[in-house]
Amino acid sequence: MDTTRDLISVFGGIFALLTVASLIGAGLKWRLSPAAAHPVIDNLNTRIKAWWAMILLIGAAIWAGKGGVIALFAFISFQSLREFISLTHTRLGDHRALLWVFFVFLPLQYTLIAIDWYGLFAILIPVYAFLLLPISAALGADTTRFLERAAKVQWGLMICVYCLSHVPALLTLDIPGYAGRNALLVVFLVLTVQSSDVFQYVWGKLLGRRRLSPAISPSKTVEGLVGGVLSSTAVGAALWWITPFTPLQAGLIALVANIMGFFGGFVLSAIKRDRGVKDWGAMIEGHGGMLDRVDSLSFSAPIFFHIVRYWWA
Amino acid sequence: MSVDHLIAASLCGFAKLLTGVRALWLGSEPVARTRVYFANHRSHGDFVLIWASLPPALRQRTRPVAGADYWLTSPLRRFLINRVFHGVTIDRRPDRQGPNPVEQMGAALVAGDSLILFPEGTRNLGEGLLPFKSGLYHLARAHPEAELVPVWIENLGRVMPKGSVIPVPLLCTLSFGPPLAPIAGENRADFLGRARDALLALAPPPD
Repeated sequence: MDTTRDLISVFGGIFALLTVASLIGAGLKWRLSPAAAHPVIDNLNTRIKAWWAMILLIGAAIWAGKGGVIALFAFISFQSLREFISLTHTRLGDHRALLWVFFVFLPLQYTLIAIDWYGLFAILIPVYAFLLLPISAALGADTTRFLERAAKVQWGLMICVYCLSHVPALLTLDIPGYAGRNALLVVFLVLTVQSSDVFQYVWGKLLGRRRLSPAISPSKTVEGLVGGVLSSTAVGAALWWITPFTPLQAGLIALVANIMGFFGGFVLSAIKRDRGVKDWGAMIEGHGGMLDRVDSLSFSAPIFFHIVRYWWA
Repeated sequence: MSVDHLIAASLCGFAKLLTGVRALWLGSEPVARTRVYFANHRSHGDFVLIWASLPPALRQRTRPVAGADYWLTSPLRRFLINRVFHGVTIDRRPDRQGPNPVEQMGAALVAGDSLILFPEGTRNLGEGLLPFKSGLYHLARAHPEAELVPVWIENLGRVMPKGSVIPVPLLCTLSFGPPLAPIAGENRADFLGRARDALLALAPPPD
């Protein structure tokens, strides 16, 4: 039950996998298209490179401790929210509400995790922001599409801040027999959900035939979905030893998180489609924006948090 | 590096950090040519953002056209527009006594500089574009050698709307379109309409 040793094992494993992936990527490039550009392989290689950066960043945050993880996710929320609101229609009258969102509710939500005030953490955005933001917008005295604007701002805040903040909130749970090991729950959730995205991409590229829903996302296939969710559920089950769960429980919980994660990407694709864009931004090379990378995490984190809190804490 | 350069560089850095600005060159390239970049105008930061997204070599030779009635009214603004941005300050009043704005802008083009111009003439607080003032037409006729490049600035008006003190950190995108084809005998209204359409074509679809 040595947390540091387990973290080193898990991250060592990820680095080994990334090394293999980088070698395969370089091999494919060398075999198939050494000189000319090859869209799929080049994109694969930029994605792998971005994974190195992201894993190193998460590793550094966990190494820095609770404050590091909170700061990392506060930054992820900030960047996602920027991307979300940037593509959302708001008007001059929303300016003050947006200031509240970025400079009060976002920092406050993460501060509540730092000071371990769960009661307010759980209702700050669904209750207080929900009531206060439309008041601020109404004081802007512009009624054009008012309800739509207020709803969009609240929606962005829920997805990008409230939901994502449940990842670092895992650090505040008191789990009997698991004290000091909560960082491993963060690793478990992030790894299963993100590996599900990777496996869906890989299975989709290898076997993808039947389009799942061309109207929403042209690249998602039934084969990619099934293969991806099953593979990453296996990853979750195999990681049971870093969690307070049995292997069966770990697999089931990973399955729930992966299904939620899939639908997170699906729902946010519907919004992107409606706005006529492919990606939320261009921050992470090969992946698009921050929100493109964490949409699945946003949908799975609160559910995972509740499962653990209800049955284990 | 002089103090003016340092201030210019740090303002550009701040603008980039705040807005994460992304320049999309859609039909033109960032190359050293005598150009008039004409853009939509929602915020005082507009030209800073265009300026910041040009490569440093081009930035040195690109001057914003700015209203004297705003930019010359306080020592700080005067310092910024003259020393830091090397702006061409023009008198926008119809009953002005001083130099002709089109001639002032033309002199900068003849000297080999490029210009940043907001043909709406003032900050637009609504959606879309206001009708264009005729300055762009006269300038284009007098200087056919200058390329007219439309630049759509997306979101900066929401980052810092008129009257606000604190900016909202939204992401901005600048779309540089293809240069406007030469004018050849076109009348004023047709030319201005064409220029306006070229700029609107770069705007994201309304929702």
